[in-house]
Amino acid sequence: MLAGALAAPVAGAQTIRAKSVGTMPPSPDPRIGLKPGRWDAGEAIWNLNLISATRPSEKFTDGINSDIAFSGTRVIQGSFNGWQIWDIANPAKPVLAESWYCPGSQSDVSTYKNLLFVSGEGSEGRLDCAGGGVKETVSKERLKGLRIFDITDIKNPKPITAVQTCRGSHTHSVLVDPKDPENVYVYISGSAPVRPEGELPGCVKDTPDKNPNSALFRIEVIKVPLAHPEQAAIVSSPRIFNDLVAPPTHGLAEEDKIQSAKVAAEAKAKGRFTVEIQGATQVLPDQFAMHMLDSLVKLRNGTGAPTAADSAKLREDLPGFVKKLFGEDGPNRGPKPGPTQCHDITLYPGIGYAGGACEGYGLLLDIRNPAAPVRIGAVSDSNFSYWHSATFNNDGTKVLFSDEWGGGMGPKCRASDPKEWGADAIFTLKDGKMEFQSYYKLPAAQTSVENCVAHNGSMIPIPGRDVMVQAWYQGGISVFEFTDPKHPTEIAFFDRGPQDPNQLQLSGSWSVYWYNGLIVSSEIGRGLDILELTPSAFITQNAIDAAQTVKYDYLNAQGQPKMTWAPSFPLVKAYADQVERANGLPTARLTAVRAAIASAEKLSGAARSKALHTLGGQLDKDATTATDAARVKTLAGAVHALASAQ
Amino acid sequence: MPMSVSLRIAILAAGILASAPAPVAAQAPKRPASPASPKADRAAILRARADSAQLPYTTADIAFMQGMIHHHSQAIVMCRLAPTHEASEAVRTLCGRIINAQQDEIAVMQQWLRNRNQTVPSGPPPAGASKHQVAGMSHDMPGMKHDNATADTPMMPGMLTPAQMAALDAARGPDFDRLFLSGMIQHHNGAIGMVKDLLSHEGAAQDRSVFKFAADVNVDQTTEVERMRKMLAGLLFERGSR
Repeated sequence: MLAGALAAPVAGAQTIRAKSVGTMPPSPDPRIGLKPGRWDAGEAIWNLNLISATRPSEKFTDGINSDIAFSGTRVIQGSFNGWQIWDIANPAKPVLAESWYCPGSQSDVSTYKNLLFVSGEGSEGRLDCAGGGVKETVSKERLKGLRIFDITDIKNPKPITAVQTCRGSHTHSVLVDPKDPENVYVYISGSAPVRPEGELPGCVKDTPDKNPNSALFRIEVIKVPLAHPEQAAIVSSPRIFNDLVAPPTHGLAEEDKIQSAKVAAEAKAKGRFTVEIQGATQVLPDQFAMHMLDSLVKLRNGTGAPTAADSAKLREDLPGFVKKLFGEDGPNRGPKPGPTQCHDITLYPGIGYAGGACEGYGLLLDIRNPAAPVRIGAVSDSNFSYWHSATFNNDGTKVLFSDEWGGGMGPKCRASDPKEWGADAIFTLKDGKMEFQSYYKLPAAQTSVENCVAHNGSMIPIPGRDVMVQAWYQGGISVFEFTDPKHPTEIAFFDRGPQDPNQLQLSGSWSVYWYNGLIVSSEIGRGLDILELTPSAFITQNAIDAAQTVKYDYLNAQGQPKMTWAPSFPLVKAYADQVERANGLPTARLTAVRAAIASAEKLSGAARSKALHTLGGQLDKDATTATDAARVKTLAGAVHALASAQ
Repeated sequence: MPMSVSLRIAILAAGILASAPAPVAAQAPKRPASPASPKADRAAILRARADSAQLPYTTADIAFMQGMIHHHSQAIVMCRLAPTHEASEAVRTLCGRIINAQQDEIAVMQQWLRNRNQTVPSGPPPAGASKHQVAGMSHDMPGMKHDNATADTPMMPGMLTPAQMAALDAARGPDFDRLFLSGMIQHHNGAIGMVKDLLSHEGAAQDRSVFKFAADVNVDQTTEVERMRKMLAGLLFERGSR
């Protein structure tokens, strides 16, 4: 156990509490021009309240805080120096429960029951968690992979085992399969170059066409038997990227393949020149073919139109030319087309899907068979540099991918940086097909000494709406709504000035998640921030209260839970607020509905139930004539459910 | 007048074939940069300590950072040609991204070196530099001069030869696009090779900012190579699908 952490007084910094009129964003944006400083930076906050800001504990002050996981009242915070566990039962004063010094990047963390999983990828990570790194390029001391701890006794954590992987573990995702209570599965995304075989046997650097056991172009699935976590081992290495060569605008639907084959066959029938390239049949443009034929005529010192022999020669030479351009034999050999790995895989067992953010692609995976995920869709985007992570909306009708352009070390939110770069891309999701809708990027320009790009976040359980909180490194945290996927809108924020006035230091919010009413942010350089939503023109107190009724036992960054709202008065009132926002009922009628809800709340037992059923019946009727029938129906349903729950 | 096919192929071949990767050339600095002032020096040391945790950096790390600044500089110079060489919209956009990304990364590398009192290559010549500077970018970068480098300092892997740069500068429109993409694929693959080379050195990339930076270069450029291959395929061939 280490020395207790310093709880910094929240009021130390100069804080600008932004106010706004109605749904207009504050103007001028108070995030512009904030005072720099590690502990005394200026702060700007809008529609949020900072409950506490806690500095890292002693051995972690020079570390780089990474991702966080939650279990009960505890927050497990990863760091390039190891991990810390905070008890946030009193969110105003987090208490350090335990820490474990174990240098290595990135130390992304997850938890399930008594188990703690920690990712290791950096070259300096040691199996024994000692400092000092691993000097040798090939060493049995090095850990790149997944560490597993038993944290049953929080004061006495026990390392159980470490599962080594060929490309380390940049991040990981814990899959709890409802049909398999004896095991959990951990999907490993590793982005380090393949380790030498001498360090970890079986790690093949060659591409799959040269060696089918290639460690590239695959993810690893580790099976962890809950009764015997020490037996955790890799059970499969799914090649979810195979044949992923379609251009950005298409998915890989069967009709596309059929169409592609049809066009190629037609071209061949017409005597056009075709060639296999990157797994797809390409048709040589006629004009280009003509030039090539002309040049062949000239080569044989001929004149006039090309002959059948020239055509035959071109047909013969074309594959060799293409091979030189794109093939394994050409000097351009290097990574094969298609991603070699994913950055993050967000598992959403509640809908049976996972979203994989994999280099140049966003993938949709079917994860109903945990050890054998199947790719069912893929999207790409010419504005996206590096697909970082995926977040689904609660009902699985939308998926948001983020682009960690520059890897998080670059200042990608300057006024001069385009809004589509380093942003989120929002897609609708229907029958396994993703369709692009819009981009969302932090709307406040940051300085060139603030690393800033889209990073980790989570959904906030505002019923009936898609509201997300997201970390933007030194851009701070941004809460936004994408219920209308074409028009995402910021509704709250918190930001600090640069950590260093003179140069860019890797800092800011690595990740931020909603957890049981709190918004908890892992600040890379400054520690742990805990915030809460405050009511605004966007989100009413009723909606915040309804969100508070959603409780998680635990939460992992890449394991998205299905949010469910038990029947409650806050939920009913939140839906009534939404009817009002949408002008879904005449004002007088809505006032009467609110009065009925309030009087039912004063009753109890059968009387309350009866009053609510009556109101529910009236609302059913209202819905038939309401200007917003859908919202009134939702309200009616919530009232009926509350009546039945009495 | 349209370019002949053999010339097209020759240009493409120049861009693609005539580029055996040069040996890794980065060397440990021969002399430390002169510190600006004792006070600034102390601040620099504190920062270096803060962002490198406890582990020492090696000459391989320093050489990687210095070499990659030269490497990135050429990419920026190549990209600056796009607007004046009738590049397609797609290539211009790609170039906008490369300039933005690699300028920022040069700043990161320069800061890393500065904080450790190492020789700091100066990056690309200012935008709008003379043709001579552009053509000479492959072997005569201003930054190299600060290192006391001689004119025959070997190039970093994947960098374009003076002949390749000249061919690129002479091309316009679709020919520029093709040469640019094939050249930049070669260039990026060189950077990916530099990361692999770095990790093959004893004690290298223990400094976590070096590891993170190198890993980011690896994944970003791998991703971009794939994107450029698709663009190149699209320029050379019609796709078989809609």
